[in-house]
Amino acid sequence: MRIDHARLFALIKKETLQIIRDPSSIAIAIGLPVVLLFIFGYGVSLDAKHVPVGVVADNPGAETADFVSGLRQSEYFEPIGFGSMAEAQEALMKGDVNSVIWMKSDFGRKIRGNGASIGVFVNGVDANTARLIEGYLTGVWGQWLKRRAVMSFGTDAGQGAVLESRIWFNPDVRSRNYLVPGLIAVIMTLTGALLTAMVVAREWERGTMEALMSTPVTIGEILAGKVIPYFVLGMGGMGLSVVMAVYLFNVPFHGSYIVLFIASSLYLLAALGMGLLISTFARSQFVAGQVAIIATYLPAFILSGFIFDIRSMPLPIRILTHVIPARYFVSILQTVFSAGDVYPVILSNTMALIVIASFFMGIVAIKSKKRLR
Amino acid sequence: MFGRVLALVIKEFLALLRDKQGRFVLIGPPVIQLIVFGYAATFDLKDVPYVVYDEDRSLASRELLARFSGSKAFEKVADVLDEGSIGPMIDNEKALLAIHIERNFERDLIQGRHAAVQVIIDGRNSNTAMLSLNYVNEIVERFNEDLSRRYGIRGAPARLDIRAWFNPNLESRWFIVPGIVGLLTLVVTLIVTALSIAREREAGTFDQLLVTPLSPFEILLGKIIPGMIIGLLEASFIIIVTVYWFGIPLRGSILALYLGLALFILSAIGVGLMISSFAVTQQQGLLGAFLFLVPAVTLSGFATPIANMPVIVQRLTLINPFRYFLVVAREVFLEGAGAGLLVNQYWPMAVIGAVSLSTAAWMFRRRMY
Repeated sequence: MRIDHARLFALIKKETLQIIRDPSSIAIAIGLPVVLLFIFGYGVSLDAKHVPVGVVADNPGAETADFVSGLRQSEYFEPIGFGSMAEAQEALMKGDVNSVIWMKSDFGRKIRGNGASIGVFVNGVDANTARLIEGYLTGVWGQWLKRRAVMSFGTDAGQGAVLESRIWFNPDVRSRNYLVPGLIAVIMTLTGALLTAMVVAREWERGTMEALMSTPVTIGEILAGKVIPYFVLGMGGMGLSVVMAVYLFNVPFHGSYIVLFIASSLYLLAALGMGLLISTFARSQFVAGQVAIIATYLPAFILSGFIFDIRSMPLPIRILTHVIPARYFVSILQTVFSAGDVYPVILSNTMALIVIASFFMGIVAIKSKKRLR
Repeated sequence: MFGRVLALVIKEFLALLRDKQGRFVLIGPPVIQLIVFGYAATFDLKDVPYVVYDEDRSLASRELLARFSGSKAFEKVADVLDEGSIGPMIDNEKALLAIHIERNFERDLIQGRHAAVQVIIDGRNSNTAMLSLNYVNEIVERFNEDLSRRYGIRGAPARLDIRAWFNPNLESRWFIVPGIVGLLTLVVTLIVTALSIAREREAGTFDQLLVTPLSPFEILLGKIIPGMIIGLLEASFIIIVTVYWFGIPLRGSILALYLGLALFILSAIGVGLMISSFAVTQQQGLLGAFLFLVPAVTLSGFATPIANMPVIVQRLTLINPFRYFLVVAREVFLEGAGAGLLVNQYWPMAVIGAVSLSTAAWMFRRRMY
């Protein structure tokens, strides 16, 4: 493929003018990242805080009040007292509380004999939140036990093994810290694949593609003329997203910008490759848009590890995720943001991105040549 | 009037099902999404890779570790012999967590001293980190309980006795899949209706419709009925797959579910027609539908709870019909609710439907004069 610089420059200029003049391209490349980051950054969180819990103490006393005060001190719970179990159950059914804690009438007596039990009923419909509530509650309970032990024995030792946990990279366990970086991959998929597929399809629909082909430009120049302007546009959206993530959502960034730049460029090339590939067979904007959403946007959303952890998926789906380029990019993003430049992770994922990007670009080059004949 | 509307409905179906593309949009994406979502969208952990650094190598430490290797949630990837090897394993994502049992663990345990089990967790995905920490906690709790029973060590004065209602094994699939019923119904209904008027405008047939004796109300009805039929059929198909393929229990009244479904589809049609009446081309219609769908799905409680959102965003979700239907679907499927408990979900959907349909009708009329 020979590339003539003057002709390529002319094509890039034409494409750039089109981008600037058509508000919908700017909307997808710049507007969409901002809107999506706002919606997700503020709207999507898996951290349950101030969860309303019903508390029923059949025989209120110092012991039960002590436990409830432990709940009240935790930022995770908002205890609400109920007079009877029946009332609390009704509130649980109505969804006014997420769980009910029940201390039976013999709680105060049995606690001295080490045989008291605290009944907890969690609404399990939202299984993830239910599990988190269980965990927070176990934490509150453990703290309360420690406090009691220190008060009555002067030490908290001797209650069996004590768990000391440390959470690396994200000590506040803020879900935003991994959701926002992952979202960048989703946004770049939209600009890279959806925008490119639609733009090329538009040239076919309007008949300007045939006009281009009748000129002396080579297919390599046409492809480069598409890739370069949208690459610049996509990287602009990327830069904007990173700035918003770091300065607006306060997501810590521990890696280096050069690593982020290289990985993003590779992913953007892969996404552009997918978009161009879609446009080689989808010649109408409607079909191109539909296919791009189903083949690139949804997988980037669901199968990339952005929200749903890949490790939790069944084996066939886990294997399937290996052909989704977003998977590798999400892994790099989450590592670069929260852990820093961990080269084994970055190198293996970057290699995968190089393979996928060159695969898509190669197919596009071959397919496009055939179309010309 | 009935005959005229019927003719319009038939014409609408022919327009939708005639070409391959139209049929594909109705059948292809929903089936793919149902399968992928149903299997991939889960927060449940299994086979969490972990490394062990056991300095004690005693009976007690081995017993505690045996509980981890016996659990389905965990999968041991390595034993390491020094603390320095733990860091790289976690950094490189070879292991999600590390369990470190210090020397003299057994001795401290029996003598009632501070017997620590250190756990280091990769927090890159904070949700996974919290969940696996909970699992670890559970295992250590149970270990302590058995220990105190066996050796008469002073146990905890009170135990937590946790039971989950409606979803005893806390499977997140039970939470996600009933939501997919609403998600796919919303997507299909919206795309069908959002493109319907724009397509007629592009083809110029909308002007032809306007010069027929059909009243705007009849035109609207002719657009609502096909959307309703397609939405109900699509939803019924997904409900059948949900119950018979994914094995999600349907405990409540089917009538309550379908009442919610009908109101939900009506509101989705209203939004779709509203978008359509503003759009001049199909592309604008598609873009409008997409711009409505993304926030509507994200801010509905479909994957992440509304209660976790900031208060302002929570208020914003009140105009989102999907939010109400999700409650209906989950309460009917899992909590066995009847129509009586769901009135507060029904009426907002009815209001949203009425407002959006009136807007669409008003736009029709405005374009006509």
